[in-house]
Amino acid sequence: MTTARRLTMAQAIVEAIGQEMERDPKVFVMGEDIAKYGGIFSATSGLLDRFGPERIMDTPISESAFIGAATGAAAEGMRPIAELMFVDFFGVCMDQIYNHLAKNTYMSGGSLRLPVVLMTAIGGGYNDAAQHSQCLYGLFAHVPGLKVVVPSNAYDAKGLMIQAIRDDNPVMYFFHKGIMGLPWMAYYEGSTTEVPQEAYTIPFGQARIAREGADVTIVSLSQMVQKALLAAAQLEADGIRAEVIDLRTLVPLDVETVLRSVTKTGRLVIADEDYLNFGLTGEIAACIAERLDRIALKSPVRRLGVPGVPIPYSRPLEQFVIPQVQHIADACRSMMGAKLARAA
Amino acid sequence: MEPTAEQLIWMYENMLLIREYEETMAKIYLEGKLPPHIQKGLAFDIGSGPVPGEMHLSAGQEPVAVGVCAHLRKEDTVVGTHRPHHFAIAKGVPLDRMTAEMFGKATGLGRGKGGHMHLFDPEHKFSCSGIVGASMPPACGAALAAKKLGKDWVAVAFFGEGAANQGTFHESLNLAGLWKLPVVFVCEDNKWAISVDKDHSTAIRCDADRAGAYAMSGIGVAKNDALEVFKAAGEAVARARKGGGPTLIEVKTDRYMGHFQGDAEVYRPKGEVDQLRKGDPIPALASNLRSRGLLDDTKDSAIRNRVHGSVTKAFDFARQSPYPDPREALEHVFA
Repeated sequence: MTTARRLTMAQAIVEAIGQEMERDPKVFVMGEDIAKYGGIFSATSGLLDRFGPERIMDTPISESAFIGAATGAAAEGMRPIAELMFVDFFGVCMDQIYNHLAKNTYMSGGSLRLPVVLMTAIGGGYNDAAQHSQCLYGLFAHVPGLKVVVPSNAYDAKGLMIQAIRDDNPVMYFFHKGIMGLPWMAYYEGSTTEVPQEAYTIPFGQARIAREGADVTIVSLSQMVQKALLAAAQLEADGIRAEVIDLRTLVPLDVETVLRSVTKTGRLVIADEDYLNFGLTGEIAACIAERLDRIALKSPVRRLGVPGVPIPYSRPLEQFVIPQVQHIADACRSMMGAKLARAA
Repeated sequence: MEPTAEQLIWMYENMLLIREYEETMAKIYLEGKLPPHIQKGLAFDIGSGPVPGEMHLSAGQEPVAVGVCAHLRKEDTVVGTHRPHHFAIAKGVPLDRMTAEMFGKATGLGRGKGGHMHLFDPEHKFSCSGIVGASMPPACGAALAAKKLGKDWVAVAFFGEGAANQGTFHESLNLAGLWKLPVVFVCEDNKWAISVDKDHSTAIRCDADRAGAYAMSGIGVAKNDALEVFKAAGEAVARARKGGGPTLIEVKTDRYMGHFQGDAEVYRPKGEVDQLRKGDPIPALASNLRSRGLLDDTKDSAIRNRVHGSVTKAFDFARQSPYPDPREALEHVFA
């Protein structure tokens, strides 16, 4: 049994990529400032020294070109990892992603394999305003053909990244800046964990029960899982036992784990940092609504997300729109004495 | 085209104002971000302090802003970048409301919603964006509107040499060339796109050489010099105003500070900035003005005092202004 050591999520991602690159010469990385700089959020730190500029490639600011090139290279048998510096920049290259990378396998009747990992930084909470603070995984989960992976901690980050690289399909991998464990941004320390030295995988479509409880189910992912755990600790003191589910992947989505939990607790709150409207929280709520013949709810579903506004810059404004630990705890408390409508 | 005495003094004073503003901001930005008052174990906390978030400062790039804006009227449009302060200042955006915006205050240009990369001042026709390459299409749009309205307004799109490899650059230049739009495209080549230098991002040496591909004139300004920029911009603005269509200008300029504040710049050759500062465009212009008899110690003192006063006033205004009510976050999605 190898000794586990603690890694930040950034370190875990680097380790995963490095191990896969050692194992498989077809894996290479393209992106902006990923070589000497090691990635703006340290996702490729030190890899240039180990693998050289032919495999750790800085690109011009030409996302359509290099992300489209990742698709083309994958079709020729390479296994590219492309980094989109901030998910918010997807606008400049979305056609290559959702119309080509996502759809070519289907449109070809399954004759194409496109083993691309597109990794990208998400998340706010440090005042980077509307164009640098979004999550948007809901948007990518909405369009068919992309696997969507969103780790909440270092252990999961490594296993999910190795799984992503080995998957023969396009995988979007979203790492939240506020849990990378960077030395220049406040982060939730729960995201730094023990990480085994050896390579390992975590299957997609397998949610993790981060904390067990019987009174209310909190479904979440990414940095919000860390906030949910802090909220659950708070609620414990009030005698409310919250179960925290970390979805880990949106595509494929582990609905069964959510259903089992809500069957047990009868109360569901979905806490999301992405936009509230037309996204993840609605999707999970719908999964429950479709099964009210076998799930008895004790309270209406509660959804937390950014309420239909661009992310504002000023601190009091940003703190107000992004769900915080307090909002999660308050939502859970409010559900304890809830009433349901009765059929006429 | 020769600058008037008034324009020369204006350029000098505004370069001083930009430089002092950026150096002041560099200091104040650090407030609240360093140990011991931040999360244990961190060297720096970007989200802390009175001016949180990212900060991109333009020290060294002053000539581009003043050399171009010296030719612009209030009704001409400027669209800037994520490194916008020099453009905003040269365009006449009020310093106090700009600073209040960066402090996230209700008195800021965007009531605290936009922050440093998203400064909007419709009165002075100034806007900027945090997305590389986003300045060019809106500038084409402002130029298009001017044509439709029968005005002789001009639009200027500023962008970096990194942005010249983004799709919007190529689309916008073709559109402007095709429709003969009164827009001036100004590329600030400061050599660095964060950590990637031009040799590793761009297939050609000089972006001004791309102009011919889009049916417009290209002017390369090889020196980080306000008067050289003034000359090039004068030609371009005059052409646009007369209905002669767009121009692409590329200026070799120098980025004295990091890509963002906090950037350790490990990718930059040691001593590069010190070397660049030897060619500081501000003392260079001062010498020029002195040789023309337009500047002496007394005048210089007066200008510097005025500049210092403006900067101090702006930061004081920002500090003393109130934050917006948190519920304001829900307003202004739609007009």
